[in-house]
Amino acid sequence: MGVSRPPVIATILDKKGPVGRPDHLQIDALWVNLQHADRRSLGPSRGGARARWSDSAARLAGNLAPVTDGSPAIVVEQLVREFRKGPRAVDAINLTVSPGEIYGFLGPNGAGKSTTVLMLTTLLPPTSGRATVGGFDIAHEGSQVRASIGAALQEAALDAILTGREHLLLQATLQGIPGATRKQRAQELLERVGLTEAADRRVGGYSGGMKRRLDLALALVHRPRILFLDEPTTGLDLQSRTALWSEVARLAHDEGMTVFLTTQYLEEADALADRVGIIDHGKIVAEDTPANLKAQIGSPTVEVVPADLTEGDAIAEALTRFGSPTRGGRGSLTVQLPGGEAQLAELVRLLDQAGLHVASLHLHQPSLDDVFLAKTGRKLEGAGEGEEATPWQLSWPPPCGRSKQSVADQSHGRFASARCSSSRCSFR
Amino acid sequence: MLFPLILFAINGSALSTATRIPGFPPVSYRAFVLAVPFMQGALFIAVTAGIDLARDIESGFFNRLALTPLRGGALLTGQLGGALVVACLQSVVYLLVGIATGVGIASGVGGAFVLLALSILIAFGFAGLGALIALRSGSGEAVQAIFPLLFVTLFLSSASLPRPLIQVRWFRDVATYNPVSYLIEGIRSLVISGWDGRALALGFGFALALVVLSLGFANVAMRNRLVRT
Repeated sequence: MGVSRPPVIATILDKKGPVGRPDHLQIDALWVNLQHADRRSLGPSRGGARARWSDSAARLAGNLAPVTDGSPAIVVEQLVREFRKGPRAVDAINLTVSPGEIYGFLGPNGAGKSTTVLMLTTLLPPTSGRATVGGFDIAHEGSQVRASIGAALQEAALDAILTGREHLLLQATLQGIPGATRKQRAQELLERVGLTEAADRRVGGYSGGMKRRLDLALALVHRPRILFLDEPTTGLDLQSRTALWSEVARLAHDEGMTVFLTTQYLEEADALADRVGIIDHGKIVAEDTPANLKAQIGSPTVEVVPADLTEGDAIAEALTRFGSPTRGGRGSLTVQLPGGEAQLAELVRLLDQAGLHVASLHLHQPSLDDVFLAKTGRKLEGAGEGEEATPWQLSWPPPCGRSKQSVADQSHGRFASARCSSSRCSFR
Repeated sequence: MLFPLILFAINGSALSTATRIPGFPPVSYRAFVLAVPFMQGALFIAVTAGIDLARDIESGFFNRLALTPLRGGALLTGQLGGALVVACLQSVVYLLVGIATGVGIASGVGGAFVLLALSILIAFGFAGLGALIALRSGSGEAVQAIFPLLFVTLFLSSASLPRPLIQVRWFRDVATYNPVSYLIEGIRSLVISGWDGRALALGFGFALALVVLSLGFANVAMRNRLVRT
């Protein structure tokens, strides 16, 4: 068409010859690359000259390299999905994900996370609104979107009688990767997800974590630029979860892959995501970096459980020095520390000087759960079932205790022990 | 594959006195009912093909396939390919068991091949029906639930007696309007009558109609199931 080709396209042209091109695999993956390789140099006239090449040829040439021109990897505008006889599963959401970013989509069961992923992966048409993935419109350029994404959806859909390697070879075949390179790609991915030793064992004998890792490998077979992970660690033990987090983080930070991750685990979003979108009842109620979201909530709170309930009023009186305490279950009193956790020692000393006895004391750093609570009025855990948080739940901590912080000595022995995690401490 | 053979063994011997009914074809009852295992086998294939497909939908494997460049038609063909292989195998087994138990094929060796072709065609048509139900419902339970209904169509046909010999009028009428009767009679004619053009035309006609309709609707259902933008 008289348009000069950028170098990357010349490379693809050179590799076109020896690569097979099954007719049914006419995904215009080259177009995927062209869109991002150099939009301006090719100009608008290129639209009529779309070369229909095997996606495998284009992929082999590395055309699905991360977007580097700075344009967003995912853009969602007023996206809506309504189901017949049901409420809006996704209600006019807007979001933007940058290339190489890990975007955590956090919400309880039924919030609309998976519906959003299904729409963005072109498996479910939106009722209204618009979204682009990798620069392609999900409603009108589905095949290009699919060529540029990998997805590990909620269930690790694996065949129990196939081995891990057979799964990868099958997926490579379905993705149109030429036979000569399938085995090599399968081996690469097996090594990457740490399944080399189990590669030739039937998947039926794999643990949940191994299945999830294989599922991730399957999503990466065709070297996608954007990865969708729908609750990838649900049901996994902590060790398997951590291993998967490392791999996902490596994909994003070392290889520049964009990751759209849905989760109902706060710690997962906190540990992995560069930015978090919190969705509830189909609407995004908050979106920012985990640190900023937590900062919006403000300073930490401390919950004091009196050893003697008759001292409750006296303790409440003492706590007014920091703010207005709220009463919870078991006579507990919660107060925000406007000066941050540094005021904890001051609070302990104050109670001690007043001769008040405390059964336990919990320092509660703002968490994403607090953000969810602040934005929706409910705790994330159980929110899917429409559960309303009771006052004691608002301040009662989940299990913690990865590290210990000795504050007990400041209490002159009034507290038997102190436990503190990144989000909260408790003293007994 | 085994269950139809067990029924064949039981019915073939237990109901052998049916041959004494005036007007019954002059063949052994075993030869008369040899067509039934082919039909039962086809019904089982409908269920297994449907359940396999439904399991892929339920497990999310279907979504994985939908994200590849694979076309819906190719996916359906692949799914039914397995059913076709099973249909071929079981048809050969039923024929060999029939011959081994003393049933002669009146239409000869050529007829045996035509019989296999017809039975495979019928099985493929029913596999398409199973796939259609699976694709429409997305549920293995729904496919299983349809099995008794399919089996009723077999019992309300000329599977056990020639239609003219069915004394109960409503039963005879139902069997006459039941396409399964003609599928069975097409196979049966090759075993007991030789080359019966009318029976074969009806048998192949209904089998082809079943294949075209079930695969056509299954293809549409596949397209709807694989809603990709």
